[in-house]
Order: sequence, then C-alpha cells, then structure tokens
Amino acid sequence: MTKHVIVIAGGLSHEREISLESGQRVARELTSAGFNVTVSDLDPSLITLLKGADQPVVFSMLHGGVGEDGAVAEVLDLVGVPFVGSRAVACRASYDKALAIPVAARAGLATPARVILPHDMFRDLGAPNLMGLIEDRLGLPLVVKPSASGSALGVSIVERIDDLPIAMVNAYAFGRTVVVEEFIAGVEVAVPVFDLGAGPQAFPPVEIRPQSGRYDFEARYTAGATTYICPARLDDDVITACQTMAVEAHQALQLRDFSRADIIVGQDGPVFIESSVAPGMTETSLVPLSLETAGQSLSAVLAQLVRLADQRQ
Amino acid sequence: MTVPQKRVETRIDPYVDAYASRTRGLKASAVRALFAVANRPEVVSLAGGMPNIADLPLDVVGSLVSELISTRGPQAMNYGSAQGEEPIRQQICQVMALEGIEAAADDIIISCGSQQALDLVTRTFIDPGDVILAEAPSYVGALGTFAAYQAQVVHVPMDDQGIIPEAFRQATVAARAKGRQVKFLYTIPNFNNPSGILMTLERRQALLAVARELDVLIIEDNPYGLLALDQPPLPAIRSMDHDQVIYLGSFSKTFAPGFRVGWALAPPAVLKKLVLAQESATLCPPVFSQFVISAYLSNWDWQGQIVKFRDMYRSRRDAMLRGLEDHMPDGVTWTHPKGGFFVWATLPEGLDADQLSARAASYRVAYVPGTAFYADGLGSRNMRLSYCFPTPERIYEGTRRLGEALREEMGLRATFGLVRSTKRDQSTAEIVGASHQLGGAS
Repeated sequence: MTKHVIVIAGGLSHEREISLESGQRVARELTSAGFNVTVSDLDPSLITLLKGADQPVVFSMLHGGVGEDGAVAEVLDLVGVPFVGSRAVACRASYDKALAIPVAARAGLATPARVILPHDMFRDLGAPNLMGLIEDRLGLPLVVKPSASGSALGVSIVERIDDLPIAMVNAYAFGRTVVVEEFIAGVEVAVPVFDLGAGPQAFPPVEIRPQSGRYDFEARYTAGATTYICPARLDDDVITACQTMAVEAHQALQLRDFSRADIIVGQDGPVFIESSVAPGMTETSLVPLSLETAGQSLSAVLAQLVRLADQRQ
Repeated sequence: MTVPQKRVETRIDPYVDAYASRTRGLKASAVRALFAVANRPEVVSLAGGMPNIADLPLDVVGSLVSELISTRGPQAMNYGSAQGEEPIRQQICQVMALEGIEAAADDIIISCGSQQALDLVTRTFIDPGDVILAEAPSYVGALGTFAAYQAQVVHVPMDDQGIIPEAFRQATVAARAKGRQVKFLYTIPNFNNPSGILMTLERRQALLAVARELDVLIIEDNPYGLLALDQPPLPAIRSMDHDQVIYLGSFSKTFAPGFRVGWALAPPAVLKKLVLAQESATLCPPVFSQFVISAYLSNWDWQGQIVKFRDMYRSRRDAMLRGLEDHMPDGVTWTHPKGGFFVWATLPEGLDADQLSARAASYRVAYVPGTAFYADGLGSRNMRLSYCFPTPERIYEGTRRLGEALREEMGLRATFGLVRSTKRDQSTAEIVGASHQLGGAS
C-alpha cells in the first residue's frame, strides 16, 4: 500500500510564506517518488489528520518558531507518529543560537566571538553602557541577529556604532534575546548534511555570492539576486574542512536525518555560524542545489528519509 | 563525503537576464512575506482591502446566473465588443448619475475591473519618463501600474480637504521647468485609498480650475464614492467637466469584485484609443460578467443593497475609531474617514511602520506599512488600517493588539535612545496636520 506522508507547512511564524513554498516542493518531490502526500497547515485540524491517517510519516517543513524550536516534534512524539527530522530536545538546542553556539564551541568548532542578551538587560543596566561594552569586546563591524529566527529576518550588519541601537530594536522584534557577533569576512557557504542510513554525510558546499554583497531576505528569495556556486570555489582541503565542520555540528547538536550548516570561510579557516533543522527547500534554496551537484535526486533522498523514519515506528 | 561531479554556477532563474528592465523592482520583500500570516484566523488582518460581500443576496444572484445561461448562454459565453456590451453601459450611466455625472453609453468602455481601465489609460498616455502626479499617499495598485510603464510619479501633498491645488500647480510647473511631460493627475477624491480623506466640493472645483489653466488631464478613480457613510455622495469631478477628466468606476465595492467589471468614461477621442488598446489587451472584457451584473442591476434593488453595505461598513468604521481611541499610545494620530474602507495612522517620530510589522505579526495583527503608498520611499511613519472585512469585535481586538505592539516598540526604542527620527517625512507631516482637524466620524 502507498505510504501516507503528511507534510506540515505554513504555521504562524514570521517565515510562513517560505515554509509554504518549501512544503509544496517537498510534497511534489515525495509525490513523484510514489508516496501519497497530504500537505497540512499547523492548525487544529492537524491532530485529527494525524490520528485518522493509516500509519503516516510526517515531514515537517515548518520554518521558524514552533516548527524548529522542537514544539512540533514534541507533539508528534505525543501523538506517536514517526517523523523525519530532529527530535524535540535537539531542535530546541539548535534553533536557539544562544544555546547552539556554545555547544558547537565546546565541540571544538570555531565560532564567532559573541554576546547574547535579553532586552531586559539593556533596560535595567542602561543601553549605552552595555553597547559600549559590546563594542569594546567585539569591535566593528558587528552582526546583530535574533537568537531564534531564520531567513535573515531581523539580521543587521552594523558598521558604525551609531547604527547599533536600531539594529538591536529590529532584532528584538523577532524575540526576547539577541545575539551580537563579531563580523567574519570571507566566503559564505552552506553545507547540507544527510543521514541516509550510514551516518551523517556532508554534501558539497554551496558558495553564496549575493549581488548586493549581503545575503539578506531579498537576496535569498529573489531569483537572480544571488549567484550560487557548487561546489564552492575553495581549495579541496578547505572544502573538506567545511564538510567535516558541518558533520561535527550535526553530531554535537545531536541532530537527526538532515541539517544545513551555515559557515563562513574566513582568513583563519571555516567558522561555524549555525545549523538549521528544517532547511529551506524552495526553488532558491541551497540544499536541493547541493544534492543535484552531487548527482543525487532530491526526490530519492527525501524518499529515503521517509523510509528511515517509517522504520523508527 | 560525497564527491561532486562538476561545478555548477547558477542564479536559479535561467531567464534572469532576459527580463525587461522595468521588472527590476519586482523583488522578494520581508515585509510582504510577513503578510502571509494575515490569512490565518488567529491574526486580525487590518491589512487587506477586500470588500465584505457576505450580505449579498446569493440566492438571487444564483437565479440570475441560471436564467442567464438558460436563456442567453451562447451569447453570454462568447466574445463580445471591445468597448463592452451596450446594455450595461446604459446602466452604468444611471449609476454615475448618483454622483452627478451626465454621460452617454457611447463614452464608456468596460474593463476588467477599474484596475485594467487604469492600465489602459496609462498604456495610452505614458512614455517612459513621463510624469504622473498623484496624491501623497496614493493607491498602491496604481503606483504599480505606473511603474510598469516606467512613469515618474511625483506626489502632491494632501490635507484634510484632499489634494492641495496650489501644490498641484507647483508640481506641474516644476516638472515642466525640467522639460518633463506631465501627462495626468491621478486622484481618488472619495475616501482616498489609503488615507480615507474625502476631497471637499470646493477643493474639487479649485483642483479642476488649476487643471484647466495648466491643461493637465485628471484621472478620477472612484471605487468608494457610493460608500459615503455620513452624508450623501459629493458630485464627481467629472460631473463638472466633460473634457478635462477621465473617470474610472467599478462594481467591485458596490456589488462584487470577482466579476471583474469596471469602466472608464472618457472624452470621445481618448475613448477610441482606449478601445483599440482594449482590443490588443484582451480582445474584449468578460462578456459573461457584464451580463450577470446587467441582470443584477435590472432585477434587484441594488441601491438598497448599497444602503445595507453602508450600514455594515459604518459599524466597522466606528469599531475601528473606537478601538484606536481606546488603545493607541500617545503620539499616534489617525484620520477619521467619512466613507470607504481605510484609516491612515501616523506614528510618533522615530517609529517605522515597516520595521514594526514583524512585532505586529508576533502580536497577531497585520496592517499595510505606509511606504507601499508612495513611489518615493516616504510614508515610513504611516500605516493603512482597513476596517472593511473583519467583524467589529475583531477590528476592536486588532486595535488592542496593535496598541500593545506599539507600546512595546516604543519602550524598546526608549531603552536604546531612539526617540527621534533623523529624517523628516514632509508628506507624512501634511497628513498628520490634517488628522487633527478631521473631527469625529459619528
């Protein structure tokens, strides 16, 4: 009998639109692989759908918020439905940069110098005092980003200290905690990791060259605004180092099935930025491009993930 | 590790270098992406301008459609005239008479919504670089059409009485002094989208006088004129001049937008051009829709239906104004529309409605940031709040959520010392001044 796959997409996060696109793409690929696919939003009808389906497998393409912070994984465990992707506890640690970066650093990965603070601290201690300390510690330029968000939403690169306050306010629009990092100049790459049954394996790094110089929301989701080169134009040993870093991050964060590591190759080598547990699968996303370059079919790889999840019942 | 076969360099879209230069502005936008949550039931959407047609007599419309198919189906489902069908053009004359317009059916062309009429007019008049004058702020759909034809939009300030005639004169003179062709002034005099402002009768007369003096054509776009909530409709500008005005009308707000039927009333020479443009654009406007609307106008008390719409929108408008009064922090001002769908709010200096939209989404409320209604990047302190669709209770709740989001944003900005903006938004300032003078709505 044809396996029923329920793709969850949409949700109420700031990345809803991207999630819907990713979900449709995954649904198309799994349908072409022969599965019976239903796409569902994250709404009250979902539980009924999950409980009423005949031994379904869930493939969540929810980006941001409850989709990546482990909440949906927790619910799927509660319902007792097997699903593709990382378990709740790993999602929680990976999605929140305030938790993930220290884990990666402890595992020996190079990470940017950073400060992670809730907005209450600025209010209680005085923003000018704290911002001064941040500048002293990290210098300029700085990268300001929400602790838990994706798609570059709320992210700013601050080159002048006068621009730091507005960058902080913009980042806090997406959550109560903000990460301020040193800016790493270098080649930006994304490295997909898939575990197709033989342990986590890194795929070719995708080099990201936004025309504007910044890989912001517009550069990510406007076709033509960014040039992607796969594999990245890096020396073989650097490519290997990036792939090793991606796999080590996947393992250190105890991720499952697949992830995408964002890395910047700076003067001193690769620096780990973050790993995503639900990387985008839109037409402009990086994971499908990397798979294609490696001679893999996205459809076949996603199908294998579903089969592996099904075996975990 | 996997071994790649060969290096791929891609910009994803293989046609990216083939697109026309006028598409360069079509980019992904984080603010637009945030609108995706507006469709969720948990979110109070004060963003969309969708008419609320729940009160339409669907059984009556169903019967009319059924009878139409059984009696005149082959004709209704075939090609028709590029100018539109004669009977509906006759009926449109009666509709426009409610706003003082005397017109002949021969002077009307039917379009696929008034949006397409605007497209035809723009296509007919505009060469790249020509100047179009438009209210500040102006309808986002019009700005999109003007951009598609590579016009240069120059905004003309408004106050509580509508567009300022002297500013219109100055803008025209300034553009001509630079050797630019000013092709027309685009205005929504009745309950302007997005500001909600009603142009007074005196202002209409003054505007027309300047247009005649400078020989500038006026495009009068009037989708909301019959949705006057507090007083009878004012005479259309077109009712005062047959030659200086092209009038655009629509059934989208007084009947239903899904049929996509609008029209243009134009001087005879212009009309001939529009008909030719229509032939090349669509061959003919949708015949079936014209027949349905014609049957609706003939067989139903459509004016009584508009009275029902007014009552429904009035209760929503009042809920929004009450909610804003109850929930907005100090320093926020807003217009008090006497009709139409929209309130235009102005935030205190230093706040940015684009940036606030993410926080608003977190509070489960959506609006349209003001920058969408300017071709020149102004409007950052403004937001358009629609009251047309949600129930009054939801609208009131939406204003409460918006108030909370604003307070949090203002608190954060105070923490980071961002109390004052460094840039002055002159067009916004005009409307801010206006909003204090507009008074209560009911």
